[in-house]
Amino acid sequence: MMSSVKPLIPDDDAARLASAFSRRGFMGAGVAGGLMATPLFAAGAAHAQDAGAAEITVDQARTAPIPIVLPSLGSGVAQQITDVISADLGNCGLFRPISASMPQGTPAFATYKSMGARAVMTGKVVEQGSSLRVEFRLWDVLTGKQLQGTAYTAASQDWRRIAHVIADVIYSRLLGEQGYFNSRIAYIARSGPRARQVTRLAIMDQDGADSRYLTNGQWLTLTPRFNPANSELAFMSYANYRPRVYLFNLNTGQQRLLGDFTGISFAPRFAPNGQSVILSVTRGGGSDIFVVDLATMARRQITSSGAIDTSPSYSPDGSQIVFNSDRGGSQQLYVMSASGGEAKRISYGHGRYGSPVWSPRGDLIAFSRIANGSFSLGVMAPDGTGERILTQGFTVESPTFCPNGRVLAFCRQSAAGANGAGFATGINTIDITGFHERALPAGSASDPAWSGLNK
Amino acid sequence: MKLKLFGAAGLALFLAACSDHANKNVNTGAATQQQVGPVPGSEADLVATAGDRVLFALNQNTLSSDAKATLDKQAAWLAKYPQVHVQIAGNCDDRGTEEYNIALGERRANAAHDYLVAKGVDASRITTISYGKDRPTAVGDDEASWSQNRNAITAVQ
Repeated sequence: MMSSVKPLIPDDDAARLASAFSRRGFMGAGVAGGLMATPLFAAGAAHAQDAGAAEITVDQARTAPIPIVLPSLGSGVAQQITDVISADLGNCGLFRPISASMPQGTPAFATYKSMGARAVMTGKVVEQGSSLRVEFRLWDVLTGKQLQGTAYTAASQDWRRIAHVIADVIYSRLLGEQGYFNSRIAYIARSGPRARQVTRLAIMDQDGADSRYLTNGQWLTLTPRFNPANSELAFMSYANYRPRVYLFNLNTGQQRLLGDFTGISFAPRFAPNGQSVILSVTRGGGSDIFVVDLATMARRQITSSGAIDTSPSYSPDGSQIVFNSDRGGSQQLYVMSASGGEAKRISYGHGRYGSPVWSPRGDLIAFSRIANGSFSLGVMAPDGTGERILTQGFTVESPTFCPNGRVLAFCRQSAAGANGAGFATGINTIDITGFHERALPAGSASDPAWSGLNK
Repeated sequence: MKLKLFGAAGLALFLAACSDHANKNVNTGAATQQQVGPVPGSEADLVATAGDRVLFALNQNTLSSDAKATLDKQAAWLAKYPQVHVQIAGNCDDRGTEEYNIALGERRANAAHDYLVAKGVDASRITTISYGKDRPTAVGDDEASWSQNRNAITAVQ
């Protein structure tokens, strides 16, 4: 018996947060609208811009990271921009940044070649009042040709964004694939004793910088998921002891309930077109999967097995979903048409399978597998073939793909031991080949959700 | 009151109730307290009279004979205090994935709910909730802790 019914907004300070967001232009008004890129023409006729395709593949770069000379762009914020570019490229495991002083005029390619470098960045930062202009050029050391020349202008406070955009351009020009550095990760920040952890919805840049809380931790809060426009999160809150799915608008800080189901609504994910959310709702001893249309709030039930059907995730074209179900006795992965119908089991290895997520490239499904009391994180093709375990541990779960599908972020937790003292929870990233696992500086955290590329 | 459920006090009471020897101690304690008065129909009264929780096997929601005995006592206690509403919270150990465990915890709470209703408790007096693996009673990671954390806990609202 609920003695008092509080408003739907679970957190007291939602209004304060909302006003703070609009003041600072939370999604970066300066980012969405204000990052201007203009071409810089090749410096000198002898150095015509090379629009040719990249010659190095990601597979090659994993084995031999690309040596790239990244001279300091200057002092102060220029140095900070250099550091962020270098960290993005170095931390992804596919590049080997080499620091140097900024060359005057055309780079001395012979010198860089003798150092073993493959590419060199040049440029400068000009501070213009409250904005920054960053001139950036990328050169192929072997041919001496300029691969890219662009001047970026943005509000000074968005200097990190400029750095990530430049790192993405370098990634894309040298590897022939879109980068993923100009993106963010929503997550759950955790604090306090394990028996009653304080959980806050939080967001940070993909490198862990610029983290901030979106809710105040009053209620248990779980599983944030971005919409395709990166402007809204679907998440689960236990506000007023009614665990349900809410939407958090990142532009306004406003929250709203998604649908009004009788059971617990949970495990939300947006459809690739952003027009609906797929989620699960408990009923009796199981849970069913529903799709809620965001324009009309009309709901459509697409499973009714009587078992636990949950953790649905769309294929990138929106035509299919993967989910986990214990309809066959134990928790396993199933693929089904997004409109419902017959579900095909795809997991047949040892143990139970859960938290599936479809790669934005469409070719892989990442999952957690639990066997003999410990977790593995793996990937398989959507037809269930080619299962590969990437990493293992006491708990490794909640995988989420970066925008180009090359890297997964996930939650890694250590065993608490008999007295609970050993418990630790954090967010790690790993290449989809199982290469280069590293911890993100997110502190005590879980439930990562990678955004798409910032627009 | 809800917070206390998941605290050390609730666990201590539960662990004490596990053995006959300890049970006597609890009875002694309850008898002592009765002079001060455990409020009839209160959470403390439920814990002392019936026990507030039932345990489940790994990945199961089947009620054991011990669990049914506890729920029988809860049903009798609820019959005695018809004005009392309760919420049953289902919980899981941390050897499952987060979202699946939310549904599994609800399945456990639902099993206790259905049993109480079958024993004559009006369904309108019982709500259910699930915390998945996020509100462990025992904070360790060993079988002893996990077995405590696979539960359905009845709390007076």
